[in-house]
Amino acid sequence: MNSFWRNFARNRGAVVGLVILLLVIALAVLAPVLFPGSPWDMVAAPFAPPGEMGMLLGSDSLGRDVAAGIAHGARVSLLVGAVSTVAALAIGVTLGAVAGYLGGLADEVVMRFTEFFQTIPSFVLAILLVAIFTPTIQSIVFAIAVVSWPPVTRVVRAEFLSLRSREFVQASEVLGKSRLSIVMGDILPNALSPIVVLSSLMVATAILLESALSFLGLGDPNMMSWGFLIGSGRSVIRIAWWMSVFPGIAIFLTVLSLNLVGEGLSDALNPRLARNRGGAA
Amino acid sequence: MALSRRGLMAAAAATPFLMRVEDALAQGIQPKRGGTLNTIVNPEPPVLHVGVNNQAPTLIVGGKIFQGLLRYSAKLEPMPELAKRWEVSPDGLEYTFHLQENVRFHDGKPMTAEDVVFSIMKFHMELSPRARGVFARIKEGVAVDPQTVKFTLSAPFEPFLLMFDVTVSAIVPKHLFEGQDYRQAPAVQKPVGTGPFRFAEWQRGNFIRLERFDGYWKPNQPYLDAIIYRVIPDSQSRRLALETGQVILTQSNDIEPFDVPQMRAQPNLEVQTAGWEYFGPLMWVELNHRVKPLDDVRVRRALAHAVNRDFIAQRLWFGIGKPATGPVASTTRFHEPGAKMPAYDVEAAKKLLDEAGLKPNGQGVRFAIKHMSLPYGEVFTRLAEFLRQSLRQVGVDLQLESVDVGTWAQRTANWDFDTTINYLYQYGDPTLGVERSYVSTNIKKILFSNVSGYANPKVDELFTEARDAADPKQRQASFSAVQKILVEDVPLVWLMEMAFPTIHDRKLHNVITSGAGVHASFDDVFLA
Repeated sequence: MNSFWRNFARNRGAVVGLVILLLVIALAVLAPVLFPGSPWDMVAAPFAPPGEMGMLLGSDSLGRDVAAGIAHGARVSLLVGAVSTVAALAIGVTLGAVAGYLGGLADEVVMRFTEFFQTIPSFVLAILLVAIFTPTIQSIVFAIAVVSWPPVTRVVRAEFLSLRSREFVQASEVLGKSRLSIVMGDILPNALSPIVVLSSLMVATAILLESALSFLGLGDPNMMSWGFLIGSGRSVIRIAWWMSVFPGIAIFLTVLSLNLVGEGLSDALNPRLARNRGGAA
Repeated sequence: MALSRRGLMAAAAATPFLMRVEDALAQGIQPKRGGTLNTIVNPEPPVLHVGVNNQAPTLIVGGKIFQGLLRYSAKLEPMPELAKRWEVSPDGLEYTFHLQENVRFHDGKPMTAEDVVFSIMKFHMELSPRARGVFARIKEGVAVDPQTVKFTLSAPFEPFLLMFDVTVSAIVPKHLFEGQDYRQAPAVQKPVGTGPFRFAEWQRGNFIRLERFDGYWKPNQPYLDAIIYRVIPDSQSRRLALETGQVILTQSNDIEPFDVPQMRAQPNLEVQTAGWEYFGPLMWVELNHRVKPLDDVRVRRALAHAVNRDFIAQRLWFGIGKPATGPVASTTRFHEPGAKMPAYDVEAAKKLLDEAGLKPNGQGVRFAIKHMSLPYGEVFTRLAEFLRQSLRQVGVDLQLESVDVGTWAQRTANWDFDTTINYLYQYGDPTLGVERSYVSTNIKKILFSNVSGYANPKVDELFTEARDAADPKQRQASFSAVQKILVEDVPLVWLMEMAFPTIHDRKLHNVITSGAGVHASFDDVFLA
């Protein structure tokens, strides 16, 4: 564990990313304390510039506090990112494990199915799914999960293909362990590092997808999210730049931090690879 | 100028800042021949024939190509257009129109009484459900001589004279339609009318160009050489085109409400909201009375108390539009100023909900109800969010649903909603545009009918009385009574009398001279 942290900390960018990410999570957790009440409440005159009328980051076209929107929006954006990634991992890891471990016909079927999804542009598919199931937080999470599992399947399959012929796996087979316990106990733990790295990037992508959907007006109308904030500020950007700029910065920082953390994780989990790249990036 | 003195003064009184030809003359600005009017049409109309399609973009462009028998002042008094004068028999059954002389269609053929009879009795009867509803009351329509048309009604119908605007019953050439499928006739794609401008060119997705018609029946008019309607789908690009002078006139939904204050601040631009009186759009929250507890009048009154309509008009629509006071817009005939809907009063709303037995739970919620946002763009999304916060104050949890336009229309028509937003044109008279939303005979699974399911026998009776009465005084009495009942029953929560900004360069004169505003023929518009 210590060496893991040492390797992670060697990547300075990753540390900065982790700090930003923790701050964003803290903001999400503390939102009800920092900004009590609903972020939809109209608390000031419309279009108050940042700093005026007690609005730290200004108010929007209905007089809602942009800062409160960003804090409460962090909850929705992070939640959507996390839940949809977990869902995508569940689909992707299961299918990848089946394809990689069983091989043969099962592999063929699963991979053709995966390719089918990969050929459809993911954002278009997400828009379509949300539009069909009407925009709610559940349908958005579902749509993001459905479009983001194929890369997981491919990565997991590749790992399983290489691991299943290793000696320790063969030893377990000789010992008579069941297939399920070999997959869960022997192969999966060894395939975990690329999955962890991939999932941190998937959270970032999911946040972007949710923002993009909300921006197009396909967000949950009852949930305040960053994409919604930008979308509602876009048309009035010449009157109230703060309405889109601050949520934009929030998305930018969060996605950047997730990418930095992902890279740090990759370095920490594959120290040899990192050192070959010249050690600390 | 073929305006009657009375109509002119009425229009001038209603829109005091307008510059009319006479005013312009007084200030030394002569109407001047020449110049091209660059403007915008949005969205691009499917066709330009006002009889075949009656959506706003078609009507605005088509209103330059076609003309009706009459036009209307801001107070909805009829003024001459293709009819120079008209008579109504004392029993209210016979309407005689005397037509202008020397009127020609763009193909050079003269317009006669035969064309008028064909347009009213055949063309619009077949194509327009709204016209059919009224013109079905015509027992007989005859061309007495080439300059005179007489319609005989089967029963008196006082609002009959409001039906002759170009947007309702444009006069079309009989010789280009008779014996053909009206929708498929070549004259639909190449419209031919009597208006001051004729169709010249249409590059789809780019622009529509109308040219001055040299054979126009008013001598020396129109003043403009051409009108070009540019198709600009993005609202910010439209604003930019207006600011840079690429276009010098915008109308309808071209400029978003939140951009209007900046346009007002531009010294070379004039912003007007007059010119929608003939249509009188009124916006409301549609309540489905089949959904509990919306069947309880105390709950509906409470909802009406909970919404600050001034905020909607001032903050969401930036002062374009007026807070509603009841079911009949203040610009529509027979508006009853004494009938006032429940005022904004949060405490009164809470008290009424308590009385209805709807107590708040631990989270302060009395009941939850769904709201389908009207998918007509951003400002309507903001409106839904505003309503949710307003009702939350009195303990009603309004859960928003976003839908697309098709779904909205289909679910509203099929009563598959709890609450939603809607706005309907009133067409100047409660019989023509208000009655349909409240009478129980119109509870139908059709959009713009009485989809809320409100039924009150007394209301039915009063609307019928007002429809059939020949005497305006009698009609006023019935309409006043029905408005007083409706503001007590609150079948819907009226929000705003809508208007749309017309913004133009100050060098453009006479833009709005009637209650139909930019739908008019523009034969007196000039650049100076």
